[in-house]
Amino acid sequence: MLALVSPALLVILLLIVLPVGWLAWQSIYHDGFTLEHYRRILSEDIYWRSFALTFEISLFVTVLALVLGYPVAYAANAVPKAWSVVILALVLLPFWTSVLVRAYAWLALLQRTGVINQFLRYIDVIGEPLALVHNTFGTVVATVHILLPFMVLPLYATMQKIPNDLMQAGASLGASPAFTFFRVFLPLSLPGVLAGSTMVFVLCLGFYITPELLGGGRTVMVSMLVSRNVELYNQFGAASAVAVVLLLSVLLIFFVVSRFISLDRVLGQK
Amino acid sequence: MKSLSPARIALIVACALVLVYLILPVLIIVPISFSSARFLTFPPPSLSLRWYQQYFSNSAWMQATQVTLIVAAFTVVIATPLGVAAAYAISQSKLRIMRMIHMALLLPLVVPIIITAVGIFFIYARVGLVATLPGLVLANVMLGLPYVVISVLAGLQSFDPAQEMVARSLGMNRFRSFFAVTLPQIKSSVVAGAIFAFISAMDETVIALFISGGRYQPLTKRMFTALRDEIDPTIAAISTLMTAASFMLVLVASARQKKAA
Repeated sequence: MLALVSPALLVILLLIVLPVGWLAWQSIYHDGFTLEHYRRILSEDIYWRSFALTFEISLFVTVLALVLGYPVAYAANAVPKAWSVVILALVLLPFWTSVLVRAYAWLALLQRTGVINQFLRYIDVIGEPLALVHNTFGTVVATVHILLPFMVLPLYATMQKIPNDLMQAGASLGASPAFTFFRVFLPLSLPGVLAGSTMVFVLCLGFYITPELLGGGRTVMVSMLVSRNVELYNQFGAASAVAVVLLLSVLLIFFVVSRFISLDRVLGQK
Repeated sequence: MKSLSPARIALIVACALVLVYLILPVLIIVPISFSSARFLTFPPPSLSLRWYQQYFSNSAWMQATQVTLIVAAFTVVIATPLGVAAAYAISQSKLRIMRMIHMALLLPLVVPIIITAVGIFFIYARVGLVATLPGLVLANVMLGLPYVVISVLAGLQSFDPAQEMVARSLGMNRFRSFFAVTLPQIKSSVVAGAIFAFISAMDETVIALFISGGRYQPLTKRMFTALRDEIDPTIAAISTLMTAASFMLVLVASARQKKAA
């Protein structure tokens, strides 16, 4: 059995374990051991601010995705089968569209001469085009859009397992629909909330394409810090150290979450 | 549905708005791609196929498309058997180490792609795989493996291993019994996994940004570079085609998975 699994394992070892290990090594070793790169992350403003901004944006995106995703998952779970198929199809359609295509679509929608600005000027709501993109706003709008399915799908899967009898029991005992929702349904859906939020938050931490294309160079997320250090400045050690801190953050989050729910639940999507 | 309470109406409206938000950007690229205007104007002044013509007549775009298709095809051909073998071994073995190997095979989903990309770039730079076709294929095999493993494991869960035991007790060896008995029954999930690996390779951008170059640049890398410079409606045409291809493949895959379930 080990022989059967070894080719796949070899690919994983050579193409992800080794490269990440190499990064870790490079972050502390350059003609001798050094913690210089980590010291810089802690002391230099640009690194610090980028990490803070990335966590801030990720938190904001996660909350938005939860607020937008919960009603959709709830509706998909509550409506008759035929309708829930439609809702899920509409969630999955963008899910399987290339991230790059969706970033392009948001550029087309949000830019100064984009669809939304043209429409708003056409109906005379605004005189000057709004700055909707090449800033944090555009990044968040597109990132929430791209990550929303990762919230809706685990939420829906969890809600599917909540027995309907419980709500009926609540109603038969005289509880209002709102009361049964908040006291019975919502608590039972929390594992889905945690699974979805974890995935969205973690994916957002490492997001690259969207902030690069829609952030206009001002919203420097950690991923961009890594790529700039490699592509522009040839600062491999610095890039590696930033990558290691990012990876440790992600692994720590997964570890903490795994104390509460099974990781299969978080990763089971897509 | 019961009577429409205010809460219910609010829920329906909220859900509808979110669905519009989800679907609008995906749909908006279609009219842009068929517009005759050089710059974005909405609604398009008149319809034309000029951006599609531009795409199909541009040798750089065509070469990039070829690279993407070759890489995706090789990815499927390599990742599918590796993933099936691994999933089979994981489902059959009771060794404790298998559980860890299973987790290891899901690593590509856990590690942020930018980190994987930079790491692979450093390794490739040492062994001369930067800007090569095999380099691109290998990276995409790694990314595609989890999709095959997850899909096939799900398929194996609903398969009764006793059937294979029967085949073996009747004299087939393990190898033959797998191909004669097990594989036909999990075929749908294998195909679904292969399709997901194909789509993953087709859409992959970040690793390609770092390790591809020269003649071997996939479509996504060229699109990314073009997007940084200007908004060319040719990209809308390419996006429309890519999206249509993804949907078609997902439809096939989900029809397959339904059959399996």
